[in-house]
Amino acid sequence: MLAYLAQRFLLAILTVWAVSVLSFFIIQLPAGDYVDAYIALQRETGTLVSRQEAENLRTQYGLDQPVYVQYAKWVALILQGNFGMSMEWRRPVLEVIGDRLALTIVVSVVALLFTWAVALPIGIYSAVRQYSFGDYIFTFVGFFGLATPSFLLALVVLYLAFSLFGANIGGLFSSEFKLASWSLAKVWDLLKHLPVPALILALSATAQLIRVMRANLLDEVRKPYVVTARARGLPERRVILKYPVRVALNPFASTLGYLFPHIVSGSIIVSVVLSLPTMGPVLLRSLQSQDMFLAGTIVLLIGVMTVVGTFISDLVLLLIDPRIRLVGGR
Amino acid sequence: MTERILPVEAAIAPEQGERIFVASQWQLMWWRFRKHRLAMIGAVAIIIFYLAVIGADFISYSDPEVTEANFSQMPPQPVRLFDGGAFRPHVLGVKGARDPNTFKRVFQTDPNVKIPLRFFARGYKYEFLGIIPTDRHLIGVDEGRAEETIFLLGTDTLGRDLWSRLMAGTRVSLTIGLVSVALSLFLGVLFGGLSGLYGGAVDTVIQRLIEILRSIPTIPLWMGLAAGLPRNWTVLQVYFAITIIISLVGWTELARVVRGRFLALREEDFVMAAELSGCSQWRIIFRHLVPSFMSHIIAATTLALPVMIISETSLSFLGLGIRPPAISWGVLLQDAQSLQSVALSPWLLIPAIPVIAVILAFNFVGDGLRDAADPYGV
Repeated sequence: MLAYLAQRFLLAILTVWAVSVLSFFIIQLPAGDYVDAYIALQRETGTLVSRQEAENLRTQYGLDQPVYVQYAKWVALILQGNFGMSMEWRRPVLEVIGDRLALTIVVSVVALLFTWAVALPIGIYSAVRQYSFGDYIFTFVGFFGLATPSFLLALVVLYLAFSLFGANIGGLFSSEFKLASWSLAKVWDLLKHLPVPALILALSATAQLIRVMRANLLDEVRKPYVVTARARGLPERRVILKYPVRVALNPFASTLGYLFPHIVSGSIIVSVVLSLPTMGPVLLRSLQSQDMFLAGTIVLLIGVMTVVGTFISDLVLLLIDPRIRLVGGR
Repeated sequence: MTERILPVEAAIAPEQGERIFVASQWQLMWWRFRKHRLAMIGAVAIIIFYLAVIGADFISYSDPEVTEANFSQMPPQPVRLFDGGAFRPHVLGVKGARDPNTFKRVFQTDPNVKIPLRFFARGYKYEFLGIIPTDRHLIGVDEGRAEETIFLLGTDTLGRDLWSRLMAGTRVSLTIGLVSVALSLFLGVLFGGLSGLYGGAVDTVIQRLIEILRSIPTIPLWMGLAAGLPRNWTVLQVYFAITIIISLVGWTELARVVRGRFLALREEDFVMAAELSGCSQWRIIFRHLVPSFMSHIIAATTLALPVMIISETSLSFLGLGIRPPAISWGVLLQDAQSLQSVALSPWLLIPAIPVIAVILAFNFVGDGLRDAADPYGV
């Protein structure tokens, strides 16, 4: 069990490292460096940056040194909690991001919980009542869920809500709470706005999970031990829920590691459509205006967030599957 | 051997009887695939889509880039098939005006002006398949310009014809999927093959690499990479850069399939037999191993294609993928990004239909192929 944990932890660290290198690469991508962009920005506002000042800035950020040194300096600064300045907002990157990271996590986790809560019972139903009317309906909905990119679904829902009910479902807060500081009333307001974006985000993952659960359970219920349980006169409910569902749950938990990045990834683009105050719209803005420290930091934070999510899902797997606990490793 | 043949017998009609014993693997797969009704429908849909890709210019009637300020935000226009009982497809003349009270654009149809539609009419000039210069189009009008008369799916805010733009977008979106999947296939077979063949440390490193790549959320990463493409690149350069960015992550699933097959087949008797007969490593791989899991690769590739198409559409939708004046489905959907524009002209959402249709079709065909890939299985 410890070996398994250590292996997962090591992989998480490796992934964080890979994400940080990619984020740094993204920051480096546009022509010119941070100081060039800074000077151009200052010139726009009428302030001239002296050559001496520019040199000082370059030394501070290590821009006169090889790339790997720059990367090391960047990482060192981040470990101290300094993510650099946002060009466009002229504030530290962390201040710009503010609540948005937390809200991204909230939206993604709610979508994930929703996925589980819906996919589990439907998956069991579809397998137990294979080829029934309900099974066909769910299969059909599932295929559409898989085939519809979440941002398209968001667009259509946005339009339908507007044209049918005259409601604007965008955003996560009512206008009076947008700038208010956190209070119970604001949290309640958030909870009221969460279901629609969470549902939109969850649809494709739910469709996938239903298929997985259905296939797994169908494999299990044909096995002899289920027949034995039935022959012994166990009530049908108990036969299904107590044994095959537990076995079928296992791959269910192990796909979590891939579902979470998928949902987070989708949340970025859905947030843009529904103008949710999460990381998505800021990331898009920052990329459009080449505000690279902000963009790189967001990619980094989103990456780290999914790695943590994946690691947690590994722990969940550990709880569900005794084989991993006892033997260690898969 | 008999019990491995049985499921095949069950899967095909009894009158075919003995044929299954002499049929090649590909024949068995075809028989099996034919049974999957949704997959067959999907296959037909895909063929139609790619015919539209080849004949995009022929099927459109307006130059997709020509703007008509007087016909902007025009709603889809009905085609009347009959005129006085006879089959004479025509559309009615339209005049654009502004509502004096709301300043909204309104269009008045004139029931007296009937503009007949002609098949194989002359329109804007283009090169069929990029080589044969012509100006024939599937439909068009005799007098005047099609740009000012036919609006099957309406127009966008600049007065460009949505039907013709949709055809041009289909060409870009569907070929970009093909190119990226080809790249992913190459990477997937290379890394999956190395991983399955050598095992040990190579396998571990590649498997960890795949796990890392798969646990990074793709869209933010792609957005960052795509935003870094130089602004002055040509349409073609951006096109290929986007395919590379998309396939950077797309290859992992294919690599997993290839590795899995390699590991399973390495232990088979016929591989051992080939080894004992002194076949070289390369001959074993390409003469014996690859043909036996070709079908699985094709199925996995088909299932990877819709992912590529969604990726391109998403990126272009955000304005980070294919850039105007180039047209793709994502570029078209970008016009429908804000609630205001969709509320005013809901037909701008029409490009969502082919996106969903083609993804569904590929998923069905992929499913059917995966089932057929192993015709000896249950």
